Amino acid sequence: MSVLLIAEHNNKEVKSFTLNAITAASQIDQDLHVMLIGSKADNVAKSLSEVPLVKKVLHIDHEIYENYIAENYTTVILKHADKYSHIICSANTFGKNLMPRVAALLDISQVSDIIKVISPDTFLRPIYAGNAFATVKSKDEKKCVTIRPTSFEAAETTGGSAEIEKIDAADQTENTKFINREEIKSDRPELGTARIVISGGRGLQSGENFKLITDVADKLNAAIGASRAAVDAGYITNEHQVGQTGKVVVPDLYIAVGISGAIQHLAGMKESKVIVAINKDGEAPIFSVADYGLEADLFEALPQFLEELNKLNTIQK
Amino acid sequence: MKILVAVKRVIDYNVQIRVKGDGSGVVTDNVKMSTNPPDDNAIEEAVKIKESGKATEIIAVTVGEEKAQETVRKALAVGADRGIHVKVDGIIEPLAVSKILKKIVEKENPDLVFMGKQAIDDDCNQTGQMLAAHLNWPQATFASKIDVNDKSLQVTREVDEGLETIEVNTPAIVTCDLRLNEPRYASLPNIMKAKKKPIEQINASDLGVDTSPRIEHIKIEEPPKRKAGVKVASVEELVQKLKNEAKVI
Repeated sequence: MSVLLIAEHNNKEVKSFTLNAITAASQIDQDLHVMLIGSKADNVAKSLSEVPLVKKVLHIDHEIYENYIAENYTTVILKHADKYSHIICSANTFGKNLMPRVAALLDISQVSDIIKVISPDTFLRPIYAGNAFATVKSKDEKKCVTIRPTSFEAAETTGGSAEIEKIDAADQTENTKFINREEIKSDRPELGTARIVISGGRGLQSGENFKLITDVADKLNAAIGASRAAVDAGYITNEHQVGQTGKVVVPDLYIAVGISGAIQHLAGMKESKVIVAINKDGEAPIFSVADYGLEADLFEALPQFLEELNKLNTIQK
Repeated sequence: MKILVAVKRVIDYNVQIRVKGDGSGVVTDNVKMSTNPPDDNAIEEAVKIKESGKATEIIAVTVGEEKAQETVRKALAVGADRGIHVKVDGIIEPLAVSKILKKIVEKENPDLVFMGKQAIDDDCNQTGQMLAAHLNWPQATFASKIDVNDKSLQVTREVDEGLETIEVNTPAIVTCDLRLNEPRYASLPNIMKAKKKPIEQINASDLGVDTSPRIEHIKIEEPPKRKAGVKVASVEELVQKLKNEAKVI
């Protein structure tokens, strides 16, 4: 049987985490079909068909799918579920919202947030904020699986030519209505995929002081992250939160500034390749995961850091 | 309006998790247990809605072993009116919990069901969405703001891109984010009063729900350890190391 991956997109382009999920799905079974549910999303269908790992694109296009509503997506997915051994999507807010609704109606115990495919029925997943890894085997005949995107490489996006099959829309729910989305547009790299992330915590003391972080981020072409404490305090908006209940990031370089390092924050960043911690409290737990720790007042260290970066002839971007 | 709030007993969020040597799980003996943090937000929100006059009754429900009752008792101390404890021993998966909660919803007919968006032990993030599916109710997940209208709710959801607002007709399921509100502490008099509030005990087996696990835990292990890092003395040294040793800038 084939595996079915549900694509996340904005009707114009595929969201990057779907490409990571494609890689994971193809490790479960190479006969990978991708379902695209959208409105006027022909371009997205075309770009998915060009992903070499994709064998077929199922494209459902109707104005009722202009905005993503889990109830409406679920009805479509259920109509096609019987042809597939696995239903898969990314474990971000898109997939976390959607997959359990699908799984429950198929009477499947979902396997959430896997970081490794061991075999088609056995997976590795973090539990307790990543403080333990569980090897789990699904005994359900059909499986619903969500993928931690940062644990898999993004799939190649060119060279393929999968068939695009048009599929009919399904019934629309009357009980859920999309009102609006406040999306903050930014020229910076996306937090989930950036090569460098610099994050600020409560130590920044105010939203204005985040400019110290922003200046360094501009210099390094880095994404900006934050601890929950900084978001709760209103220094920065929620989409920057890194941690157990926020985003998981695995950049080449993670710079934690004024972040003490609660286990909930570490859950979101401790797989980063190189970790730098700047904190004036030498006992802060963040130093236990840092490759390079600088015990210093961030209000002095960050401007100096920028100055030193400016002295370098070249900076990798 | 009647609100049902589901709460779960988990290892306290401040406890450093230790994995058992035999790979069978994590150490829970003599470890501090608490209510799953976003479930506290769910209770708080229900209490606030009741205080605003829009809800008449709050029922706290938990599914789990004998001691799980503590979480219901805590919910009663901060403002829930009565409790339900569905007793079941051993590992119970979100799918089974959602089926049990469906039975409770059918019995109690609430207008709203609140719970945390995710439990911090298994990190599954499934139960609310699954319950919504079983009941064919709308779901508003990861809520950071809830406005209650007559027959609907406007819910602001924390999503990857920022904030999204949806409107759902009641009855509905809402899963709560930590930023929804600031959970209150129970006062001593309220803790005493809560001891007199009723908690109904039901055996999961009496509800006719199959709770046997569908997922086999083959092994629980410690994640790979990071090798110890170094402290640097100055910003100059840090930049030199990042450039020449780690080669990341």
